[in-house]
Amino acid sequence: MGLISSTHSMSRYHIEGRFEATVMDEVRRGLTENAIPKQENEYEELSAGWTPYESPYNPDFEKFSFIFGTYFLFSLRIDKKSIPAKLVQKEMALAIEKKKEESGRDFLSKNEKSELKETILDVLIHRIPSIPTIYDILWSYEDKNLFLFTTQKAANELFETLFLNSFNLKPIRLFPYTIVETKSKFSASERDRVLSLSPLKYVKG
Amino acid sequence: MLDIATAYNKYIFLGNEFLTWIWFLIEKEKDIASIIESKEPVSLEIGNSLVLENNLGDKSKEKITIKGDKAGLEEGTTALKKGAFVTELNLLCKMGEEEEYKFTIKGESFNITGLKTPSTQTTKSEDELEGIILEKAYLLLKVTGVIDTLFLKYIENRISDNWKSKGLQEINNWIHGS
Repeated sequence: MGLISSTHSMSRYHIEGRFEATVMDEVRRGLTENAIPKQENEYEELSAGWTPYESPYNPDFEKFSFIFGTYFLFSLRIDKKSIPAKLVQKEMALAIEKKKEESGRDFLSKNEKSELKETILDVLIHRIPSIPTIYDILWSYEDKNLFLFTTQKAANELFETLFLNSFNLKPIRLFPYTIVETKSKFSASERDRVLSLSPLKYVKG
Repeated sequence: MLDIATAYNKYIFLGNEFLTWIWFLIEKEKDIASIIESKEPVSLEIGNSLVLENNLGDKSKEKITIKGDKAGLEEGTTALKKGAFVTELNLLCKMGEEEEYKFTIKGESFNITGLKTPSTQTTKSEDELEGIILEKAYLLLKVTGVIDTLFLKYIENRISDNWKSKGLQEINNWIHGS
C-alpha cells in the first residue's frame, strides 16, 4: 500500500546526517546512480533499485520528478525471481530419469543429483521472469523523517542498505529506543535513566 | 547509541508498557491534548483489536487477542491482572474538529499498519497530484508526531522521581480495581 491509497502500512526512519553539497543534486545523483536497471538481468535472482514514484517501470529521474513541495517522494522496486518448488521437483524427476537411461544405471549418486539440481536451477532462473514489487518512500529531509510504506523485514533490510549506499546517510529505524535517542530532548542524565529502566510489574498495592 | 539490534530487543518492553499506558489513559478519560500540550483537541479510543502477551517465565508466552467492533475488553483486563502487557493496539485518534485516523500500532517495533487518514482528494490528474501528496504527507507526519510526543511523555513520567508513587500507583489501581 503506497502513499496514495486508502490504508497505509509503514515503518519509519530517522535519517542521520546532512549533505555537504546541494541537497537536491545529491538526492538526484543518489537516485540516478542507484536506479533499478531498465533492462532485467536474466542471471540475477534479486535486484533492487530506485524508481520515480510516478513511473515505477521506467526509472527515468530526468523525466519524472522526485520533488514534491518540501518532500522527496520516490519508490523502491525489488525484482525477484522465485522458482516454484514443484517445478524444480518435476524437472528433477525428468532429469534423473533421463540420466539413468543414458548411463544404463538404476541409481544416481548424491553428487550427481546435486549437480543436476544446480543445472536445473540455473536454467530455470534464466527462463523465469522477475516479479516486481514497489514500495513508496516519503522523505522529509529538513526534519529527518522518512516513511517506507511497508513493514516487511526483507524490504526494510534492502532499503537500509540501498539508502546508505546511495546517499551516504544512515537510516535509523524508529522504535521505542531510537525514538528516545533521536527525537527526545532528554539530557544526558535523563537518557542514562532511560537506559537503566527494566520491565515493570503491575502488582496489587 | 547502542547497537540497534541489541537496543531493539532490550527495550521492547518500553513499547508494550506504552500501549498499556494508552489503554489506561483511555479508560480513565485522561486529557490527551493536555498531556501532549496540543493546541487542538486530541482524543484516543480503542479500535477493533487489542493484543496482549504474558511471559510465562519458561520462554513460553500466553497471547490474548480481542477483535471486533465494540468487543468487550474484560478478558484483556483479566490478562493485565495476571501480568500481561498490550503488544498491539488498534486506535482511533481524533484531532481538531473532524480529523479521524485509525491504525494499528505494534509495541515492539512501532510499525503502523492499516492506517486510515482523513480522506484527501482522489483526483489523480497531474496538476492535483502534488497537492494530494503534500496533504497526505502532512497528515502522516501529524499523526506520527502525536504518537512520538505521547510516547516521550510516557518516558518522561517513567523516569521521573514520583513515577512509583504516582504514575505506577494509578495504573496498578486501575488494573487491580482499587
